[in-house]
Amino acid sequence: MMETRDGRSVAAGAGELPRLTAADVAKVAAQARLRFTDEELEQLSGQLSDILRMAAELKAVDTEGVEPTAHGIPVYNVMRDDIPVPSMPQADVLSGAPEAKDGYFKVPRILEEA
Amino acid sequence: MSVETKVEYEIVIGLEIHAELSTESKVFCGCRTTFGADPNSLVCPVCLGLPGSLPVLNRKAVEYAIKAGLALNCEIARYSKFDRKQYFYPDLPKAYQISQYDLPLCRNGWVEFEINGEVRRVGINRVHLEEEAGKSVHSGERLLGSEYSLIDYNRGGIPLIEIVTEPDLRSPEEARVFLEQLRQILLFTGVSDVKMEEGSLRCDANISLRPKGSTKFGAKTEVKNLNSFRSVQRALEYEAQRQREVLESGGTLYQETRHWDENRGVTVAMRSKEEAHDYRYFPEPDLVPLVVDEAWIERLRAELPELPRARQARFVEQYGLPRYDAEVLTTSPQLADFFEACVAEYGQAKPVSNWIMGEFLRLLKAEGKAVEQVQVSPKGLADLLRLIDQGVINANVGKEVFEEMFHTGKEPGAIVKERGLEQISDTAALAAIVDQVIAANPDAADNVRNGEMKAIGFLIGQVMKQTGGKANPKVVQALLRERLLGG
Ligand SMILES: [Zn+2]
Repeated sequence: MMETRDGRSVAAGAGELPRLTAADVAKVAAQARLRFTDEELEQLSGQLSDILRMAAELKAVDTEGVEPTAHGIPVYNVMRDDIPVPSMPQADVLSGAPEAKDGYFKVPRILEEA
Repeated sequence: MSVETKVEYEIVIGLEIHAELSTESKVFCGCRTTFGADPNSLVCPVCLGLPGSLPVLNRKAVEYAIKAGLALNCEIARYSKFDRKQYFYPDLPKAYQISQYDLPLCRNGWVEFEINGEVRRVGINRVHLEEEAGKSVHSGERLLGSEYSLIDYNRGGIPLIEIVTEPDLRSPEEARVFLEQLRQILLFTGVSDVKMEEGSLRCDANISLRPKGSTKFGAKTEVKNLNSFRSVQRALEYEAQRQREVLESGGTLYQETRHWDENRGVTVAMRSKEEAHDYRYFPEPDLVPLVVDEAWIERLRAELPELPRARQARFVEQYGLPRYDAEVLTTSPQLADFFEACVAEYGQAKPVSNWIMGEFLRLLKAEGKAVEQVQVSPKGLADLLRLIDQGVINANVGKEVFEEMFHTGKEPGAIVKERGLEQISDTAALAAIVDQVIAANPDAADNVRNGEMKAIGFLIGQVMKQTGGKANPKVVQALLRERLLGG
């Protein structure tokens, strides 16, 4: 089951085929600051719906009594020592930002309060 | 509604605490964790979430999280993993935070604290390891017709533990005292510098009311933006009263998130759109699971220092100190260590305690310094107390000497010599000055003769003035008594 930003569920239950509309994709794209043409939105909504359908098929498998698997390979505890290394120069960091100011990324403000 | 049927409510509070861990580098990359650096100067492809970068877990962060869990009496998970918590917010460059969801590192702990002479125990539901978000600075200026924010990602990726308590707290005051105790435990454990003013310790609170005797929970409010211990208590007091008024007027409470406004002293509802979060957690594919064996846990347990309540109890027991002294001396591990080192040098505990709680803390506070930044050595303080005991200087001069030791780290004996501060105890030398003072202050002398002992203090003061504060006050008093009262 997938939920969109406004809480509407995209059905993935038994019998129903999950579908994303071009409008759903446009909304997620806007939140991710991605821009697509109408044709791309159509194409992506089809592809994403396919992915959801595949997930729905997996959901149908009976997993009663099967241990959850978070990772497919038996590798554990890959860690590094707490040793600092140089970071990136600030100019490089900000070079990909659409807007920057005084060393900061500049983004539209999100209001939190009512 | 009649007065007799008025319902008595019980307050139910649980806290969520975030503490930054004191590692040198971030939790999944090697960027430094220094506070206050130039914006976006401590970031790299990993903590910026640039495509193709991969996180690698910092072992020290894991060890600090386990140590915190042990200090909070938790069970340490033998197997845990990391998960992605997804949300869109500009301070989160990857649009997800690496956190732990269903398999946290630590579980089922407890913390004891004391309030109004009673020991209370609060359950710790879980402690998990995650990464910090960046920091946004809001601006009043406008960007494309709307206000904008400035983002600094230096903080993003600093290791963080989230500590979630059970809803075991029963008053806003309890919540504050518990939080102070928790802060002290983390401070002693050495895993976090727990500075609420710098944001390395933060707290959100869940609060609800229920009729006394009921075991069902009421609708809870999550209160955010609690920036000090005082604001935790104030915000919860306000919120408990607000909820009580809603219930007493026949209203209904809904689960919601509210923002504490420190200036206005009220909580304000946050936009419901922002709380309808579905974080769509799923296992972080870029990090392999964490397996912690018994030997690792036991090694970390052995490294745990004596925790604050145990150390307080020992100070009372071993040094015969009043409880109050023990509490003050254990406000930080550095202060407690300094006290114990001084006692080891000097031999007696109470005079050392008095000097530390008095002059030492006064100077620390006045100069805004931490214990470890100060030059005074334990041997220096012990030497100073011995100079006073031996009558080489009096206690007031001792304070002056101490202040110089505090600033320069010089030995007290050298300071006394250099500045000629030795106490004058020589009776013949002082007698001459006492006679001069009596002659110059006939009224005060008469008052003493007439039994007004307040006046003797004045005359002692005059002698002190003449000797630059170096006269032995006991000898001066004896000389004055002998001359004015005949012995
Ligand atoms: Zn980094």
